Amino acid sequence: MFDFSTVTNWLHELLLSVMPAWLTTTVECILVAVFLLLAYSVLAMIYIMYERWVCGWIQCRRGPIRVGPGGSLQIFADVFKILTKEIITLWHTDKFLFFLAPFLVVMASVLTFACLPWGKGLQFIDFNIGAFFIIAVSSIGVLGILLAGWSSNSKYTLIGAMRSGAQMISYELSVGLSVLTMVCLAGTMSITGIVEAQNDGWFLFKGHLPAIIAFVIYIVAANAENNRGPFDLPEAEHELTAGYHTEYSGIHYGLFYLAEYLNLFVVSGIATLLFLGGWMPLHIPGWEGFNAVMDYIPSTLWFLGKAFFMTFIFMWIRWSFPRVRIDQMLALEWRYLMPIGLVNLVVMALVVTQGWHF
Amino acid sequence: MDLSVFGIQSTTLAVTAALTAVVLVAGALIIAFLIGPRSYTEKKGEPYECGIPTRGESMAQFHVGYYLFAILFLMFDVETVFLFPWAAICRSLGSGALLAVGTFLVILVLGLAYAWKKGALRWK
Repeated sequence: MFDFSTVTNWLHELLLSVMPAWLTTTVECILVAVFLLLAYSVLAMIYIMYERWVCGWIQCRRGPIRVGPGGSLQIFADVFKILTKEIITLWHTDKFLFFLAPFLVVMASVLTFACLPWGKGLQFIDFNIGAFFIIAVSSIGVLGILLAGWSSNSKYTLIGAMRSGAQMISYELSVGLSVLTMVCLAGTMSITGIVEAQNDGWFLFKGHLPAIIAFVIYIVAANAENNRGPFDLPEAEHELTAGYHTEYSGIHYGLFYLAEYLNLFVVSGIATLLFLGGWMPLHIPGWEGFNAVMDYIPSTLWFLGKAFFMTFIFMWIRWSFPRVRIDQMLALEWRYLMPIGLVNLVVMALVVTQGWHF
Repeated sequence: MDLSVFGIQSTTLAVTAALTAVVLVAGALIIAFLIGPRSYTEKKGEPYECGIPTRGESMAQFHVGYYLFAILFLMFDVETVFLFPWAAICRSLGSGALLAVGTFLVILVLGLAYAWKKGALRWK
């Protein structure tokens, strides 16, 4: 399988031979930033179209078809339209917090985005506490949403933000517990370490029953943490217009939308990392020919393919279930998912210490 | 130890990613300010609330239930922080550490059970 670290090492040597070390680091940081910016915007565009097509398909209609062949240029039309709209700030808003909020929301999603395992040797931020870092920075987003709702000086946004905050912090616990369960199985917190540990089988197949329970809990909790699917009550249209970003206009609103879709990708990517082996190809023990063929598929394609598959599951859930009420939403988390998650963690620790896993 | 792509310190790259986000948002806002139209009307600055004039303060007090859940969240979130280091090496620590962590969890679950019995988990 192609290892991207040969490319990065070659580039590193090349840059070192023509410029001093500090300049090399600067140039490399800029390269990483440009890549992140490009990947972030391109993936956001793909995801918005992906959602519209899947949504159309599930609802037996055709989705966007007018602009470009098969509607494929629709997203460019949308981006230009949203860029040319006026940015309105209301009277009596807290201007500083109002402008700070989208920065925090986008920052949370870019930081988690950079932690994902993009391919063999293509791991941007690789802390030895990677899984912990992801959980830590993803909670900055809640802060941004609360600020957005509070500073807009409108009752809809305030109610939307409070609901969103309560929902996101509650479900963060379940996401954290299922990540903890998988860290327990992997024996390491670093992202590369977790992927390497799945060399001989993905954790979903390797980890016995607790891994499957953690996977289901993760899917439910991640859906809720993204304010999506049956848990989209922070932006319930017929109650709260658009929730916490009602008063944002033009690209200001577009940035929240962007971060929301990128968070969907990040959540799918983390599910891929923890349960479906990151960029590891599918190997079936004993099928040598099959395994060799699977090794030919590039690691980045494996990662993106699995992430898109997970996203499809999230979209399927979103367009299939009716919205829950706030008391049902909180009861689901605190009375069911959290206790189950805690017990599941202990069971997983037992499985790991006794060596019962595959 | 903590080296990422190109052998750069992970902390440097995390700062780079954060700055990328700032550049993205600031760039988009600047472009929108430059090419977007600007107009002034009195009514435009009013919040969107059903089309009738707003009554009262909008940055108002909210339901006490949200605070309850925030406090409960704090308890279990800090617990997760304590559990992470144990989880990373629980394989080599063995059953003794599992017993200790089990005791810790039982005390926490007692807290959750108390909150449940008190009705703190019921949305009113």
